[in-house]
Amino acid sequence: MAAASKKRRPVISPVQWISLLIVAAFVIVPFYTTALGGFKEIGELRVNPFGLPASWDPVRFTEILGGPRYFSSLGNSLLIAGGTVLFSTLVASMTAFALAHIKFFGSKFILGYLMMGLLFPAATGILPLFIKMRDLGMLDSHWGIIMVQVAFSVSFSVLLFHNFFKELPKDLIDAARMDNCGYIRIYWYITLPLCLPIIATVGVFNFVGSWNSFLLPLIVLNSEAKYTWPLGIMQFQGQFGSDWPRILAFLTLSIMPAIAFFLMAQRYVISGLTGGAVKG
Amino acid sequence: MSTVAAGATAGITTTARRRRYMDRKSLLPLLLFLPPSLILFTVFVVLPMVDAATFSFFDWNGYGPITDFVGFENYADVITHRNFGTAVRNSLIVVAVSLLVQLPLAMWCAIALAERSVNINILRTLFFLPFMLAEVAAGLIWKFVYDGNYGLLPAIGGAIGVEMPFVLGDKLWVIPAIMLVITWKYFGFHMMIFIAGLQSISSEVIEAARLDGVSKWQIVRHIKIPMIRSAIVISVFFAITGALQLFDLIIPLSNGGPSHSSHTIVTFLYQFGILRMKLGFGGAVSVLLFIACVIVALAYRRILFKVEQN
Repeated sequence: MAAASKKRRPVISPVQWISLLIVAAFVIVPFYTTALGGFKEIGELRVNPFGLPASWDPVRFTEILGGPRYFSSLGNSLLIAGGTVLFSTLVASMTAFALAHIKFFGSKFILGYLMMGLLFPAATGILPLFIKMRDLGMLDSHWGIIMVQVAFSVSFSVLLFHNFFKELPKDLIDAARMDNCGYIRIYWYITLPLCLPIIATVGVFNFVGSWNSFLLPLIVLNSEAKYTWPLGIMQFQGQFGSDWPRILAFLTLSIMPAIAFFLMAQRYVISGLTGGAVKG
Repeated sequence: MSTVAAGATAGITTTARRRRYMDRKSLLPLLLFLPPSLILFTVFVVLPMVDAATFSFFDWNGYGPITDFVGFENYADVITHRNFGTAVRNSLIVVAVSLLVQLPLAMWCAIALAERSVNINILRTLFFLPFMLAEVAAGLIWKFVYDGNYGLLPAIGGAIGVEMPFVLGDKLWVIPAIMLVITWKYFGFHMMIFIAGLQSISSEVIEAARLDGVSKWQIVRHIKIPMIRSAIVISVFFAITGALQLFDLIIPLSNGGPSHSSHTIVTFLYQFGILRMKLGFGGAVSVLLFIACVIVALAYRRILFKVEQN
């Protein structure tokens, strides 16, 4: 399919170009004003919304970087997202391996059971989930959030892994079985090393989901020291009210790591989206 | 939990029946590989749904034994609640705007950006960027844009000589303002799904049509869009379920206000069920939301089935 389309010149009419540029401006202006707003004085925001700031004094940024909140909330988010990625990858790939390669009665049923999770928003069960976590002593702990996020991510992760594992050559598994290699070793030494692209995709997806999550940490975490960055930023905003330059500086610093990560990892995000959504 | 046991015993009986496919060696891996995800999924995803249904028939504040059975009283309370109707209406508006504004915009951009070319990759990335952004951050950015004193909107208004209202504090404007943010945040996601679909269309088909003198927009209307029907169906499904569980974006923007006029179903659940620890009331909201999702899912399966038949 590539050969013909590569040679062809792009066919985008002027009307399309103009509309794309308008949409681009619509997308970029909020980012642009946020990034510059951290340098502006509060009065400057109103009189000079689009222009460059009068001075590039980074005082608000250094204040935030030197303050206690920024790095600790980012660190907490990193810990939770890292833990979620590690365990969801392990747990979901094991299950998908069993469902894809080991024949047993009920495997279809189990797959269908797990796929139910794709149809229903996790938010519906959030209140009983809170009670359950309370009864299990999991409130106000990072571990509690990690376990629940792994549970939330199981359906989608198993779907992506299962789609990928199914496509692996059957002969490979059979040959290993002939050589008396057990399933656990096949999983660890053959399947996983062959599946690094899909592991990256699932990992990136779950990382972003965990990094951005708000409702779960909101109801689970009490102590400020454990806050993730979305909670931290909401608290910061509540504290400084409409001191927008300060809030915009905090926002800029908070979303920069995510944007950098996205620019590096977008290939995996998009392949997960198309692999899971369009083909699945 | 019972599923785990069922899976395991089923495994044993099959061993006896079908030695060719299954030997005793499979049992240990199954016992190792299946339980972690099944237990986590059951305990933290499935059981809370069941609990929500149970709670919805009791009056309970979260402490002590659950004894005060009230029948359908919680459901009656929810349905007659002053703000529930608003929340449902707002959620439906989100669905409508997603389908009527966001998806067409996404399709329009996708048709242009699906052409393979290096210099438009950057636009694709740019349009997808808001989707990757945390809802909370997106909400705060737009809270600034809309801020009546220092924001971008009044600055733009001032430049063209129009006095802009405090949109997020205005009952009339708050919903359109939120809809604009939703479009900004999510159209790139749908665009990516459409682009993936459009790029999977064989170029021979397009080429053949072009040689036959079919115009560009006729190709879009009669070939491209019909051929990515399944991508559209999936997009619609995500748009609807996403709209039904909208929460993170509303909290920083308007927090459901002014005077509870911008609640969605989930912020309503949070405000009146979770914050006040009214488990029965919250359970009833959850069950109603769950039923709405089941209906969407069933309708979706029917439509998908029809699409695949064609």
